[in-house]
Amino acid sequence: MAVVTPAAPAATEEDKELLISGSEAVAESLTLADIDVVTAYPIRPYDTVMQAIAKKISGGQLVAEYIVAEGEHSQFEIVKHASTVGARVFCGSSGVGWMYAMECLVVTPPLRVPMVALVGNRALDDPGAFGVEHNDALVVRDLGWLLCWIDTSQEALDTTLIAYRVAEDRRVFLPLAISADGAFLTHSQALTMVPPKSKVDRFLPRYDRGDLLLHPDNPITVAPQANEDWVIEIRRQNNEAMARAVGVIEEAYADFRRVFGRGPDNPWFEEYMTDDADVILVGMGTISLPIKVAIRELRAKGKKVGLVRLRWFRPFPTEKLVAALSKAKALGIIDRDYSFGSPFGSGVVANEIRAALYNAERRPPLLSFICGLGGREVTLEDVYKATDLCYAAAAAGKSDPKTHWLGVRE
Amino acid sequence: MAALICEVVYRGIFQKNLAARITRGIVLSARKSGRWGIAFGRYGDSPQRNGIPAKDFAIVADTKEELEQNMARYEPKHVDVTVAVDDTLSKGVESWAWYGLQPINRLTVPNGTLLMTSLQSFDSLLQDIHKKDAPYKLALLRAKASFSGLWVYKEDHTEVRILGALAKIAPSFLTLDGVCEAIKEIEWGSDVKVESAKKAYQRLESREVALTEGNAEIPYSFEMPKWWEMREGVTIPAIPVGKPKEAGKGYVPERNPYFKKFTTRTMRPVIDFDTCVKCTLCWIQCPDSCFDVMPDGTYDANMEACCGCGVCEAVCPVEKCITMVNESVFDDNASQWEMWRNDKERYKAWMNEKIGDKNATVRSHGFRFRGQYEQELEKNLDGGGVEITAGIPGENAQHKTA
Repeated sequence: MAVVTPAAPAATEEDKELLISGSEAVAESLTLADIDVVTAYPIRPYDTVMQAIAKKISGGQLVAEYIVAEGEHSQFEIVKHASTVGARVFCGSSGVGWMYAMECLVVTPPLRVPMVALVGNRALDDPGAFGVEHNDALVVRDLGWLLCWIDTSQEALDTTLIAYRVAEDRRVFLPLAISADGAFLTHSQALTMVPPKSKVDRFLPRYDRGDLLLHPDNPITVAPQANEDWVIEIRRQNNEAMARAVGVIEEAYADFRRVFGRGPDNPWFEEYMTDDADVILVGMGTISLPIKVAIRELRAKGKKVGLVRLRWFRPFPTEKLVAALSKAKALGIIDRDYSFGSPFGSGVVANEIRAALYNAERRPPLLSFICGLGGREVTLEDVYKATDLCYAAAAAGKSDPKTHWLGVRE
Repeated sequence: MAALICEVVYRGIFQKNLAARITRGIVLSARKSGRWGIAFGRYGDSPQRNGIPAKDFAIVADTKEELEQNMARYEPKHVDVTVAVDDTLSKGVESWAWYGLQPINRLTVPNGTLLMTSLQSFDSLLQDIHKKDAPYKLALLRAKASFSGLWVYKEDHTEVRILGALAKIAPSFLTLDGVCEAIKEIEWGSDVKVESAKKAYQRLESREVALTEGNAEIPYSFEMPKWWEMREGVTIPAIPVGKPKEAGKGYVPERNPYFKKFTTRTMRPVIDFDTCVKCTLCWIQCPDSCFDVMPDGTYDANMEACCGCGVCEAVCPVEKCITMVNESVFDDNASQWEMWRNDKERYKAWMNEKIGDKNATVRSHGFRFRGQYEQELEKNLDGGGVEITAGIPGENAQHKTA
């Protein structure tokens, strides 16, 4: 454990360009972050990451314990324990595999284990399906997991490095799940800049578990049973760690830009053509691609449409998002998830944004769309339809709160 | 408008069903005079475990609104009657999460009643029961503690005798007629049990307890930490390494400073240091690591840490070297080994007195052989419940050889 990767000093400070998938980009980051323990159990699309890590280890680029568990439950338990003894850990899963690990996912935040996991988003069974839906990762949204969505291979690589920096910060010590849309990101190779180890070392300090380290020199008991006289204090601590993560995330992105010379100014969400936008569409993950293309087409026809692509879902960037969205004349929230029986039958993101806007001085009409479930293509026509409905709401100055399903046969 | 609030303090598992029957009986009895009521238990995890003190409550009131007013708490903060169905609880109660020691009469209101089953005298019990800053009544039903396991129930009429006694203590809520009627109708009731309740009503002994009476000891307590004072990660410091005793010849393990077990015991081990063969079995097998290593190589059971399980007695290969004795016959938690070292003759006399008392060495809980329950039931129920059976100290006592 914690074996030092055989020195392969980068001769240069230069990034190198590789044609790699989102999953391979994550594996590049894990190598640069010199992880100690990784657990694996195959499920599509996450399995592309475990294969990419295995290649790194077999190729001698990474020295790490690679443990193939007998299921996701053990997979997440093993890294949880490894993290408490000071190992930098990685694991991941998809869809129902992630759900099978649920008991371990629940205990990880209160134990303050800075596990980094990749969720290759996948529709939950049944029906057995492989395509992307965000419901798998969203299941942990209330539990103290830091939760973000990535869009490109480059963002996969960069966010993985940032993830360790944030999760392993003593002020945070929370698990972090990076969500990557199955197929669209995990299986798509794109040109990606891979930084040298020397730069990463300037950005990412060693994982220091401090007084929470499980070690004979620091004898502690972790996770004793407690009753109602202790539980709410423990929840309060978790809430505080999540609140502190906001500042730590901003610090990490600022430092990332300083060291690597790239990365967004705004860690929380990407804004595309929102400056003068009448209608702002909101979505997470690779859905940005058809939306951006559609926006360019719409702009050519004189329709001022913009996109906010949400990166961080937990902690939720409430104030910044409200500031960015409340200036529009209408909002269209496109959820690649469902929340049956929720207010207005809307998706998770739409209702979070409704709640965030509740105290805003200006609340534009908000339309909720559910689209692209199970990996269904989000077409330009879907986006045009959403935009038309948003314009109608903008003109009327109000919106029907009902939820629109796009791209469903009817 | 009026309400009657009762708590039943019981030993986890052994008296769980008993306590539930008592609180249920209170509500159903009061219903006979048109009262509304609720019977409920509050638990963490350990109260469902062997011997750990736990509580059930019964509230009866004139109106539903008043009932709700008294229920709108996790548990009542004041009770009119405290019922304890094991007299070793006179030493106090430590809730399962161990926030110090609560006197058994802590929740009892001024001029309220502490009702106990016991064979001890008032004065003997008051040596253990903590002083209270208000007068109250101590009421006694003559009976030994009614213990059985989780899966069996000891039909020794304790539940109906308590109900009969409550009819005497709080007649405006529980009339004797109401109690008898309820017992007849309840699923575990019978005519014989009705008679037991009536006899208990007549035989209840009661007296005022003055402010000056009781154990003057300040109960052990501590402050709960604030959320920002607690270590993060659901993490607590481990128990530190222990300290050598007398130049390293002995060893006293360090123990959790908050986690005491004074009141979990119904029995404690009494050790004959003269016959101890220093085999280490008690020390190794004790699930609570309660044994301190003495400089002469013997083992002293530390009463801060002993929960009275009796494993040491069972594993000890020497006959009568470790004998479990009822907690009620001890006045303090002092070291037996120190007493033995200071005056061996005096210790021997003390020890023989303790382990020679058949009443005190009978196992206070569970059954030790098939048919024991039937044997006990044959005895006269009127004489304060169940006749005391000669004890079998330790399950393998007959096989001890050394």
